[in-house]
Amino acid sequence: MARAVSTRRKSFNTAAAWSVAMLLFFPILWTILTSFKPEPQAVASPPVFLGFDWTWQNYIDVNQQRDYLRFFLNSVIIAVGSTLLGLVIAIPAAWSMAFVPGRRTKDLLMWMLSTKMMPAVGVLVPIYLIFKTLGLLDSRTGLVIVLTLMNLPIIVWMLYTYFKEIPGEILEAARMDGAGLKDEILYVLTPMAVPGIASTLLLNIILAWNEAFWTINLTVTDAAPLTKFITSFSSPQGLFYAKLSAASTMAIAPILILGWFSQKQLVRGLTFGAVK
Amino acid sequence: MKTTYRALLGATALFALAGIAAAETTITVATVNNGDMIRMQGLMDDFYAKNPDIKVEWVTLEENVLRQNVTTDIATQGGQYDVLTIGTYEVPIWGKQGWLVSLNDLPAEYDIDDLLPAIRGGLTVDGNLMAAPFYGESSMVMYRTDLMEAAGMTMPEAPTWADIEKAAAAMTDKSKEQYGICLRGKAGWGENGAFLTAMSNSFGARWFDENWVPQFDQPEWKATLDFYLNLMNSYGPPGASNNGFNENLTLFQQGKCGMWIDATVAASFVTNPKDSTVAEKVGFALAPDNGLGKRGNWLWAWSLAIPASSQKQDAAKAFINWATNKDYLALVASKEGWANVPPGTRTSLYANPEYAAVPFAKMTLDSINAADPTAPTVKPVPYVGVQFVAIPEFQGIGTSVGQEFSAALAGQKSADEALAAAQALVTDEMTAAGYIK
Repeated sequence: MARAVSTRRKSFNTAAAWSVAMLLFFPILWTILTSFKPEPQAVASPPVFLGFDWTWQNYIDVNQQRDYLRFFLNSVIIAVGSTLLGLVIAIPAAWSMAFVPGRRTKDLLMWMLSTKMMPAVGVLVPIYLIFKTLGLLDSRTGLVIVLTLMNLPIIVWMLYTYFKEIPGEILEAARMDGAGLKDEILYVLTPMAVPGIASTLLLNIILAWNEAFWTINLTVTDAAPLTKFITSFSSPQGLFYAKLSAASTMAIAPILILGWFSQKQLVRGLTFGAVK
Repeated sequence: MKTTYRALLGATALFALAGIAAAETTITVATVNNGDMIRMQGLMDDFYAKNPDIKVEWVTLEENVLRQNVTTDIATQGGQYDVLTIGTYEVPIWGKQGWLVSLNDLPAEYDIDDLLPAIRGGLTVDGNLMAAPFYGESSMVMYRTDLMEAAGMTMPEAPTWADIEKAAAAMTDKSKEQYGICLRGKAGWGENGAFLTAMSNSFGARWFDENWVPQFDQPEWKATLDFYLNLMNSYGPPGASNNGFNENLTLFQQGKCGMWIDATVAASFVTNPKDSTVAEKVGFALAPDNGLGKRGNWLWAWSLAIPASSQKQDAAKAFINWATNKDYLALVASKEGWANVPPGTRTSLYANPEYAAVPFAKMTLDSINAADPTAPTVKPVPYVGVQFVAIPEFQGIGTSVGQEFSAALAGQKSADEALAAAQALVTDEMTAAGYIK
C-alpha cells in the first residue's frame, strides 16, 4: 500500500529536487547565457546574469571560423558507431553471463570493470604507436574501435544487470519451443530487454559524444569531432570566453536535445531493477 | 566511330594520369587560436595563388592541448603534422632533441638576416634556425596617461621599479575601484611564473647558479617577491591571485588599472576603441629596472617549425616561407592596415615609416631589443630563456613555484615560506632529474 505523504512534505521534496536539478544544470545554463554575451561582458566582474546586450555575433564568428557540420558528422559517426558495435559485442556477452554463468563470471565482470580504473594517458603512447602502425591515426574507424573498447565494460555491466531481471524460465520455454540460440537472443531476450538496451544505448552515446581524451589525441583533421571543435576556441591571448561558450553550446545542443526527448526511456532504463 | 570512342577514352585516361601527376600535396598546420593566426587563415587565397599544388589543413588547438598532441606525435614519429606553431620555450628543447628540421635553407629572398637579432637568437640551436618567427613580443608598461596627468606625474620612458611604485600609489583610489597596478597573480609557468621570472632578472635574481643549484634562498629572490607582494597588496585589485593575462586585460580595458605590465601584444587590444573604454588614454614605457643592467621584460615569439617526422617538408617550407616573409607583412598591411601586421619579427618592418606611425611600434621594438634570451640575468646562468628556463622540467617546476607565489599573494603563506617551499621543491625535482649530483 502506498504511504500517505503530506502536502508539506511533498512541496519540500519538490523544492529539494528542483534545487538539486538547478544546481546541476546551472553550469550549462551559464554557458548558454555566456554564449550570447559580448566578449567584455562575458568576463565582467561582478558577473551579469540577464541584463547584458544579447548578441548572435559569437555564433556567427564560430561558424565563420570552423566548419561545424564536419565536426558534428564525425561526432555522430563515432558516438553511434562505437555504441552499436559495443552492443553487438555486449548483448551475447551479457546473455552468457546472466543466464549461463560460470564459476568465474563475477571475477570476469570485476576484471572488465578494473580496465576502467587505469588513467587513459597511461596507455596513450602504446595506443598511438599501434594506431600509427595500422594507419588508424585520424580515422573514424580507429576512434570507433577505441571508444567501443573503452565503453564496453559499462555496456556489458548495464546489460548484465537488466538481463538478470528477466526470468530464465521464459528463455527456457522458448528453447523448449525449438528456438535456437540466435532466435532466443534476437526474438525473445532482446524485445523483453528493450528498455534496458535503449537506456544503455543512450547513455553510451552520451559518454562517447563527450569523450575528450582519445578523440582529441588521436585525431587531427579528418576524424576530428566536436570535442576538438571546442578546444580550438580557447585562446592564449585576447578574450574568448563568449566564443568558447558558443562553441560549447553548439557541441552539447544535439546531445541535450536527444536526452530531452529520450528522458523517459533513460530514467526507466536506469531505474530498471532498482526496486524488487 | 569506334576510332573516335577509342581516342576519347585515351584522352580521358591521359587527363586522369595528368591529374594524378599534378596531385596536390596537403599539409597539416597545427596552430593556437590567436588573432594573427585567424587573420592568416583568411588570407590563404594569396598562398594558394602562389602555390596551387599545396593545400593547407588547419588544426587549431588550445595551447596546452597543442603541446600535448604535438609532443606525442613527434615522440612517436607519427607524422600527423607538417607545420607546428611553437614558442621560444619549445624551440631550444625540441631543436636539441633533433625533433625539428633546420630552416637554414629558406630561399635567399626570405632574408634571414632581417629577423630581429633577439628573436632569431631565441630560435637558433647550434647555429641552425629551427623555427621561423610569426610574431614576436616582449613586455612593457602600459599606463593611463589621464590618471598620471591628474596626479601631476610623468612616466619616464625607461622607469625604475621605484618610479612604478610611486605612480601606483598616486593612481590608486580604491573607493572608485581604481587600482594603481595590475600584474599577473594566477599560478602557472606561463602566467605569474613568466612575469615573476622576468621581474626577478631586474632584481639580480636567477633560477639556478652555474651548477644548477636553485637560488630561491638568495636575497635577490626575497627582494623580488617582497617588492611584488607589497606593490600588489597596497595598490593591486582584490583577488589578484586569480588574475592572468586575460583577466588583467579586461580590468585594464574597463578602466580599473592605472598600470599594467604585460605582453607588448596587449597594446593593440587596449588601444582598440571597440573593446577598450580607455583606448585614447594609454601610454607605453619600457619594463622597469633597478639599475642593475637588466630590465623586467621578457621575450616570446610564436614561431612556425617543421617536425622531423613530417613527410612533406618541402611543401611545409614553402608555407613557412610565405607566412613569415616580408611580402606577408605587406599583404596584411594592404588588407587590414599596418596596426594589424604581426609585430616583432623583422628589422625592415620597424624601418618602414608607415609602421613607425603605429603608437606602440617603437616601444615594442625597444622592449624586444632589451631582452637577451642567451644572457637573461645579471649573474651567469647555465640556461637559455628570459621568463623561463629552457629545460623540459620547467613546465612542471615553473607551475609549482608559481603556485607557491600565488599562495603568498593570496595571503595563505608568507614570502619566506613560499620561497623556502620553492627552494625545496625545485631542489627535489632537479636532483631527481639528474641536474644536481
